[in-house]
Amino acid sequence: MSRFLADARLVAAKDLRIEARSRVVLNQVAPFALLVLVLFGFALDADQRTLRAFAPGLFWVAVLLCALLAIQRSVSVEQADGALTGLRLSGMSPAALFIGKASAVFVQLVVLEVLLTAGIIVLYGSEVDQPLLVVATGLLAAVAVACTGTLYGALASGLGVRETLLPILLLPVLAPVLIGATRAFDDALGSAAVDGWAWLVLLAVFAVVATAGGALAYGALVEE
Amino acid sequence: MTETMVTTGTTTGSGGSRVLGAVTLLGLATLLLFAFGLTEPDVRLHPTTGEEIGQFDAVRLLYLHVPLAVFTYVAFVLCAVASAGYLVRRTPWFDTMAHASAEVGTVFCGLVLVTGSIWGRPVWNTWWEWGDVRLMTTLVLFLMFTGYLALRRATVDPRAAALRGAVVALVAVLDLPLVNRSVEWWENRTLHQKSTLGELKIQDLTLFTLMLGFLVFGLVLAWLLLHRFRVGWLEREDAEHGVATAIAERRAAIDGGDVDAAVGEDA
Amino acid sequence: MTHLGYLIAGWGIALGTLGLYVVSIIRRGRDLARRVPAERSRWLTSNDDGSRG
Repeated sequence: MSRFLADARLVAAKDLRIEARSRVVLNQVAPFALLVLVLFGFALDADQRTLRAFAPGLFWVAVLLCALLAIQRSVSVEQADGALTGLRLSGMSPAALFIGKASAVFVQLVVLEVLLTAGIIVLYGSEVDQPLLVVATGLLAAVAVACTGTLYGALASGLGVRETLLPILLLPVLAPVLIGATRAFDDALGSAAVDGWAWLVLLAVFAVVATAGGALAYGALVEE
Repeated sequence: MTETMVTTGTTTGSGGSRVLGAVTLLGLATLLLFAFGLTEPDVRLHPTTGEEIGQFDAVRLLYLHVPLAVFTYVAFVLCAVASAGYLVRRTPWFDTMAHASAEVGTVFCGLVLVTGSIWGRPVWNTWWEWGDVRLMTTLVLFLMFTGYLALRRATVDPRAAALRGAVVALVAVLDLPLVNRSVEWWENRTLHQKSTLGELKIQDLTLFTLMLGFLVFGLVLAWLLLHRFRVGWLEREDAEHGVATAIAERRAAIDGGDVDAAVGEDA
Repeated sequence: MTHLGYLIAGWGIALGTLGLYVVSIIRRGRDLARRVPAERSRWLTSNDDGSRG
């Protein structure tokens, strides 16, 4: 078990170190996140009342779009210089590799979510009524998206059409996360009379299944 | 499907499948006769105003839509089982069956959405209803398996395609209850529940025609699966044959001393 | 008959699409059957000898 965690932490640290040096998520994906919020502002006629009402949904759509980029990036760092082969030959368990990569994506997603939360507060006038619910939703959704995304990133990897294939494979599967997280935010931001905490149960179930199932399936895939 | 059929050399048809096809067409003709000629439109009297209400002749679309919906799910369940079977056994039979049932299932699923929408326009007065549980779930299902087919087409290595496809199919099927549950909790109002089949005056003839619809579209599914499976099998054989031929040609070129031909122009 | 347009559209699209799909499958089958040599053209049996699987 400690070997497993050590391996996972190794992989996560590696991915995050690569990100710290290349700053792709910071310099490219983060601005993209803000850009999405701005685009919604233009598209919805920049009426702050409308935007505040829709902020939860717009927030989570922005997160999903950014997640696509973060996952693509996570997959592509393995493709350079046969890095993936090196990892497999190291004898590391595929599940540890999965958890490591998913953890790195998770961290990046949380950073993006914090940024986007600031974004909707400033740009859409959202008010955080229940900060605890916001944090819980953000963390659970990030786990769900990171794990599912890492699995699907592997499924779409090695193909020339990965960029176009990943979105259509991943996003329908994440529909429950989008629905659940948006409803939870509806409650947390006070835009609708909903029991957000009940929706967290759905998110938690998804997160657990995605983590366990992803680790299991990743093993089968990486053996190819 | 367990008997070994000998190819006639030019088609995927066989004695048995031709009989199946003929019976299916006959059944389809009979279904059309019943759906359009022998059954009554759904007409009821409003309890208070006394005016005529109901689906009227739009109900005839249900003899098409409902069987298609049922067999969409049958096809996808088949795909999930075949995918699981492939992951356990890793034989081409399971993989070919998974791919075939996914493709046929996706066609059926698309038709379910289209026929449902066309039926919904006169009956519910809308082409689409967000928050309707069955609609949303079927739409997400359609999108997931469209992705499955795209992934299979994009993956060149057959074993990788089989493996990845199996994982995608199983994840899709396991995700579906979560999708269903989340949409159900999301919206309480569902048109699907409002206008239930139970509201229909289900006379004996309506029920019989519906059952006939199930039988006919079950046959359609069987015929399509059978032939699509054979096509998939032949595709595999063709690919392997192509590789084997290329290898043989290379070897012959080497043995014949023709280095240029062995190396190939693209070297 | 009421809603005749919808009926024709619904049934027409469904049967038409299925018909096109059937034609496409038959055509693919014919092309493949022509290309694959006879000894490879077994359909399935559940007791595959495993040599190719």
